[in-house]
Amino acid sequence: MNVSDFIDGITAGNRRVLAKAISLVENEHPLAKEILRGVYGRTGRAQIIGITGFPGTGKSTIVSKLVEEFRKREKSVGVVAVDPSSPFTGGALLGDRVRLEGADVSKDLWIDAKVFFRSMGSRGRVGGIAKKTGEVVKLLDAGGYEVIFVETVGAGQSEVGIMEIADTIVVVLMPETGDDIQVNKAGILEIGDIFVINKSDLEGAENVERWLKYMLSLDETIQSADKEVAKWQKRVIRTVATKGIGIKELADAICEHFEFLKLNGILKAKRAEKAKLMAIELAIEDIKAEILKRYGNLLEENASDPYAVAEKIVKELIKP
Amino acid sequence: MDKIRVLIAKIGLDGHDRGAKVIARFLRDAGFEVIYTGIHRTPQEVARAVIDEDVDVLGISILSGAHNTIVPRVLDYIRQYGGNPQDLVVLVGGTIPAEDIAKLREIGVDEVFIPGTPISEIIRFIKEKVAEKRGKL
Repeated sequence: MNVSDFIDGITAGNRRVLAKAISLVENEHPLAKEILRGVYGRTGRAQIIGITGFPGTGKSTIVSKLVEEFRKREKSVGVVAVDPSSPFTGGALLGDRVRLEGADVSKDLWIDAKVFFRSMGSRGRVGGIAKKTGEVVKLLDAGGYEVIFVETVGAGQSEVGIMEIADTIVVVLMPETGDDIQVNKAGILEIGDIFVINKSDLEGAENVERWLKYMLSLDETIQSADKEVAKWQKRVIRTVATKGIGIKELADAICEHFEFLKLNGILKAKRAEKAKLMAIELAIEDIKAEILKRYGNLLEENASDPYAVAEKIVKELIKP
Repeated sequence: MDKIRVLIAKIGLDGHDRGAKVIARFLRDAGFEVIYTGIHRTPQEVARAVIDEDVDVLGISILSGAHNTIVPRVLDYIRQYGGNPQDLVVLVGGTIPAEDIAKLREIGVDEVFIPGTPISEIIRFIKEKVAEKRGKL
């Protein structure tokens, strides 16, 4: 298959071609960039929702229930679920698909023509997603999936890589995950647009809710000085994902957030910013490759003074 | 060398997945990306996952004795979904009688591993076969 076969296949909704294209992107195949470039004009239509949170809070189950809910609302749904690759072997157990299970057995999510689920290893990248997750999402977007969930690895406190990709960020917590100090720390709790307290049938759910709301009230106090900017009222939603409790409310909040972003011009601004960062990333990648190609020997020979080498390279490359 | 992706599948009523989970773990430690389906999947579901996840290897673990019915169905659905089972390394693991092993090979299974097979042999087989099939593509 050549580049135009891939582009045609993806835009025509051919799953096998889409799946193969994702592999090319993941493996940084020479064709990948051309394919992405070819479909880029067809991207930007999907709402991209990051689902993040600590390991074991129920992210995969929530994703599964949300897929079902958005299918009920007649949206086509893509999922990219990232799990950690081993720092020792590079291997990974991709175990998010196991949870893909609708409550309604007559509508099997595994074979639903409007659901595309893809598991990804993080492949050495920290931050909760893989290096290529954003580009894989672009392919799903070009493939016409209207709502795309990105499930991060079980994230740690500062794993906020999902910000680079998602329009809407859902942070999944559960009872006993901290107190008033914990919720006011920087990092993962700062990035949420919607907070979910899953397993909220367990004892201690109301404590987490209370601390979260306290944290959000502080946010509001701090931000209220800035009257110019439209404010999204961050939500706290209790769920029991295994029983489907709270899922409708969560789906509503996700839709409301997207409307909010669109109405206030924030979506456009956010996406322009992402495109800018992406262009910089791409340029840096190419420049790096070029440096290695052109200055390999110089780098080998002059390891004693990296400063001088760097200065020489920059002078020659950027200021010819 | 691109990462080798493996789908470990449990199909039908057979709920004994200890073996499948152990294999999944060993293959992870061999450096593969291993997707586990969970129990009670249908042949259609597994075929769809094979296509969407673009795996190099499909390992079906069956202890129920239904392999003669289930395996051909999975391969049929893969074809129906536009895939080609011959591009895949198809493995079956479980308690399979000797006379059925030949039958499974005939319909396109690359290898059958019965209980007690050393894991190193399975890993070696996967690496060799994947390299061979990728070379043909």
